[in-house]
Amino acid sequence: MKKIGVLAVQGAFIEHEKMLTDLGCSCTEIRKRSDLCSLDGLVLPGGESTVQGKLLQELELFEPLREIILSNTPVLATCAGLILLAKKLSNDPNVYFATLPVMVKRNAYGRQLGSFHCTAGFAGYRDVEMAFIRAPYIEVAEPVVEVLATVDEKIVAAKYRNQLGLSFHPELTDDTRVHEYFLSLSGS
Amino acid sequence: MENKQYELNKGLAQMLKGGVIMDVTTPEQAKIAEAAGACAVMALERIPADIRAAGGVSRMSDPKMIKGIQEAVSIPVMAKCRIGHFVEAQILEAIEIDYIDESEVLSPADDVYHINKRDFKVPFVCGARDLGEALRRINEGASMIRTKGEPGTGDIVQAVRHMRKMNSEIAKLSSMREDELFEAAKVLQVPYELVRFVHDNKKLPVVNFAAGGVATPADAALMMQLGAEGVFVGSGIFKSGNPAKRANAIVKAVTNYQDAKLIAELSEDLGEAMVGINENEIKLIMEERGQ
Repeated sequence: MKKIGVLAVQGAFIEHEKMLTDLGCSCTEIRKRSDLCSLDGLVLPGGESTVQGKLLQELELFEPLREIILSNTPVLATCAGLILLAKKLSNDPNVYFATLPVMVKRNAYGRQLGSFHCTAGFAGYRDVEMAFIRAPYIEVAEPVVEVLATVDEKIVAAKYRNQLGLSFHPELTDDTRVHEYFLSLSGS
Repeated sequence: MENKQYELNKGLAQMLKGGVIMDVTTPEQAKIAEAAGACAVMALERIPADIRAAGGVSRMSDPKMIKGIQEAVSIPVMAKCRIGHFVEAQILEAIEIDYIDESEVLSPADDVYHINKRDFKVPFVCGARDLGEALRRINEGASMIRTKGEPGTGDIVQAVRHMRKMNSEIAKLSSMREDELFEAAKVLQVPYELVRFVHDNKKLPVVNFAAGGVATPADAALMMQLGAEGVFVGSGIFKSGNPAKRANAIVKAVTNYQDAKLIAELSEDLGEAMVGINENEIKLIMEERGQ
């Protein structure tokens, strides 16, 4: 059984846990340093990136998690998680892990009235359900990054080595294929 | 209202979980709140404690003041409209607020009808004292619920009472035989489908936060241990001696709400908490507004 760590300082982490548990994983919530253990995968969930970024530092999780990300453990990052991974943000001076070579625009679709739902192709899967909530998108991806999904010509999913960054929330839909794809990376 | 939009609106509330939503009255306060780790701010002209002190009719805030706060921060901005005042809600939607709180903190505009929140694209959060109130608000289109508590008092007793009541009613409903649910729907004055959802899932169909009277990290952690999915802090922060430090401490206490050792550290040297008013000392009972 794969053991997946889910960052649980703030946001929609329970939804990821539910989906991963249904897919046969065991999940462990990471809220402080002592919660860290050996993992087959790491999830950085949606929420508010400003809150998560701050808590990562203050709860002394930042450095150990960055090491896990750089150690090649598969990482699934959704929405705020994508912002945490991005090397640069186009409309915010903050950077966090900066391990994914992309430039991300925060709140790229505007306020809540700009939130939307759609289906699009993702990494060879057709019509994957995607919920975008005050979502970011990837403005620029460096050539080493593999683009996995685009919506209206904007990059909404990308992969670089072990890191999978998404603008949208597969965990809020009934479609488990993105998580299955993530698990296919796990343990490799 | 299109169903997908409702799902997205419930989804935004899910993103706020495990977080603290803070009342702010100026862009400067909003920035302090964001820097302290607020997952959203509630923009309003006067915090509940001051509304209480001032008396009179309390209304939606000046849109210009709300816009100033929207420009100051990158996190979601909420604002309050009066119960039943659907034009105030239309105005808030027009300025693209992220969440509307149809709130008993303001003077009710309608003593019978709540806003038909299904008519709006923008999401609503509403207060509730028990399961019936919560499900009635959800049936009207609310995509997030909070306890009413008693705003502006710094007294946690009502929020605790409301959360416990809601939990015990959910537990009761969950343990019922299926043929008893029709009668339960009648008693709660809500549609059978919502009762059925609670029975099957042992929870509300939307996110449920605690609000009203939270003043310390321990108060926030208490509400989380009682099952709240996040916390609103109104007067408790900017009515205290050191707002930034207190805000910071409450945010961390909500994340690690079961870690008493950490909450002990967080509770040190916070300066003066808001003075507070006891339940039996208050003249205006806001929680009774809008049932």
